[in-house]
Amino acid sequence: MSGWQGKLLRVDLTAQTCTTEELNPVWAKEFLGGRGLASKYFVEEVAADVDPLAPENKLIMAAGPLTGTYGAANGRYMVVTKSPLTGTIASSNSGGYFPCELRYAGYDMIIFEGKSAHPCYLQVYNDRVELVGALHLWGKPTQDTEDAILAEFHGDAKVACIGPAGENMVHFACIVNDKHRAAGRSGVGAVMGSKNLKAVAVRGTGGVKVANPQAFRTAAIEAFGMLKENPVSGQGLPALGTPVLVNIINQFGALPTRNFQEDTFEGAEAISGENLVATYLKRNKGCMGCLIGCGRVTGLKGSRFSGDGEGPEYESLWALGASCGIDDLAAVTKANYICNEYGMDTITAGATVACAMELAEKGLISADEIGMPLKFGDADALVKLVEMAGKKEGFGAKIALGSYRLAESYGAPELSMSVKKQEFPAYDGRGMQGMALNYATSNRGACHVRGYLVSPEILGLPEKLDPQVTDGKATWTKIFQDFTAVVDSVGVCLFTTFAIGVPQFTSFCKAATGLDYTDETLLQAGDRIYNLERRFNLEAGIDPSQDTLPKRLLNDPIPDGPLKGEVARLDQMLPEYYELRGWSVKGIPTKKKMQELGLT
Amino acid sequence: MQRLIRIEPPKCIGCKTCEMACSFKHTTEFAPSRARIVNEVFLDEAKFITVTCMQCDEPWCEKACPKGAISKEMPSGVVLVDDDRCVGCRTCVSACPFGMIKYVPVTGKVEKCNLCNGDTPECVAFCPTGCLTLDEEDKPLRQKILRFVEAMKDGQMEV
Repeated sequence: MSGWQGKLLRVDLTAQTCTTEELNPVWAKEFLGGRGLASKYFVEEVAADVDPLAPENKLIMAAGPLTGTYGAANGRYMVVTKSPLTGTIASSNSGGYFPCELRYAGYDMIIFEGKSAHPCYLQVYNDRVELVGALHLWGKPTQDTEDAILAEFHGDAKVACIGPAGENMVHFACIVNDKHRAAGRSGVGAVMGSKNLKAVAVRGTGGVKVANPQAFRTAAIEAFGMLKENPVSGQGLPALGTPVLVNIINQFGALPTRNFQEDTFEGAEAISGENLVATYLKRNKGCMGCLIGCGRVTGLKGSRFSGDGEGPEYESLWALGASCGIDDLAAVTKANYICNEYGMDTITAGATVACAMELAEKGLISADEIGMPLKFGDADALVKLVEMAGKKEGFGAKIALGSYRLAESYGAPELSMSVKKQEFPAYDGRGMQGMALNYATSNRGACHVRGYLVSPEILGLPEKLDPQVTDGKATWTKIFQDFTAVVDSVGVCLFTTFAIGVPQFTSFCKAATGLDYTDETLLQAGDRIYNLERRFNLEAGIDPSQDTLPKRLLNDPIPDGPLKGEVARLDQMLPEYYELRGWSVKGIPTKKKMQELGLT
Repeated sequence: MQRLIRIEPPKCIGCKTCEMACSFKHTTEFAPSRARIVNEVFLDEAKFITVTCMQCDEPWCEKACPKGAISKEMPSGVVLVDDDRCVGCRTCVSACPFGMIKYVPVTGKVEKCNLCNGDTPECVAFCPTGCLTLDEEDKPLRQKILRFVEAMKDGQMEV
């Protein structure tokens, strides 16, 4: 096999054994790698009704056939498991050095199964693979965990690990690699914690072969030029990182504020990318093989808090900032660091605190129960609550369940701004109809990286669409979702898609694997992956009636700003979307469609 | 004139594309362990340092080689290893104070940066931020001197 390393590592945590297997070449061709191939293995091996935190659930870390190569920010991997937050199949993406190191060690993926009787971690040095005790690491924050492993295993190893939040099975715990990058969403870190698996450390000294080096280099040079010339990947993201969006989305009028009660934030300037550059930015950073460099290395020197790290990213600035009505950049950055140290998704963490703030302001939770008075804008309360959630201490144990379970327990589930129990990211679907449809139909609940319709609807890439028009949005959503599934599966950063399209990915895949991919077959692979996930979710009991949005987005018009009066008009798009997908009017994939995709 | 890869660390984003490009060009595999340029990432200090062979005027590796396999070519100034003469004894590896020549078990020979034999070095071609450049002149040094000169010029008005 070229492109793929052709090998996977299977780690049985119950039996404490590690074995290597040949990668299934037929599945690899059809499901590519990363999100797609890991999902294929997952659905073949795990019953859909499995309890996400039970030993029978599995956790797969998977790179793609382009991970560890160059030309288009190819330093990504996916974590696939069943999510404790949503009950759907979860695939959570991260970049850095760890994904490439896994490939240089000779593997495309690692499947973790069972549950270790005691805390342990995995050491991989090429073909030398061993599970070792991690009792001395249990309880340590993510960065300290990595430092300890580098000291005792290998100084050049790359590490992915959980923090205390994963150990405590916080519903939105993440897996942190290379100290500050996270497979953030859907609680994949809680599954890792449930297996008593603290970390994975990899040292790889081998290489990745491609089928046609000359063609691969040519494809890389083309992509390199397009990425450099594009205004988003070549200028906006390198200059300001993802926080470039704070002012853009706020001025557009779709920056959800105070738990989606308003859509413009008076404090946006204070939490903007521009202000981050002026205050706490130390320098820009890229993942391995990246030519964008959106990472922000920051430090809180000169503020009332202390700490160093990376971020906050745009979504984190919003969730911990605007969503909570907080314009204190130092506090938002501090809360972001706490999330990284404990290993928690900043989006769900911030959005859940915002939900608690609304519950408290509406008198549905008392200050006694929370342990402090709580209202929007309270920066100190945010910092405290985020840490309490990581420890599951006091009211933090309620925050640790995510906003849906929190709001439901106080009789007001409608105040959870989520789809399929996963919280929205930083764009109000009422302000961009395509994004609303994507939120409702994403296979892991509300999510911006399953079909980033913000790109055409706001940024005008690859072409400008009217965000309030519903016509044609079903088609755009399907194509974006399928294309994203491809990008997630081959091991490339989604941010490259501002500049490069399906033809460039086809060139890369053909040159890397030597297989005869075309634009059509590649997009069809994306469609196949999407339907595979959908079928798992249906079997897991996620009814199509959950392809919807909170009442606030469907019924309550935006009360302020340029988009005042808009609602999400999902009913105008969903039937067409089902039809385009080849699903029944009830949202079930038809037998014909599944046959066409080879999924029967 | 001697050409060299100039490295300006403040421009580096730690992406290691130089390592990937180097190894891919010389081994047709993406294998940073085989790269002849090293991009080290210091996450805690937020520093990224890149190093490669400095093509010394009087190379330690050349002096140490018992087989005369290493030579400094003129006028390019590139220090080259002759694979036909190299016996893989690793004396040069011990001699280089910078660790920029290494023994490769699969070939039984040593490898070092050869500035891509006169082509634009692959690391320079793929460096996304312009941190790496190839030049005969030390332009970053010239720029520093010019900044100093500008400051002196501005100061002169006030004397």
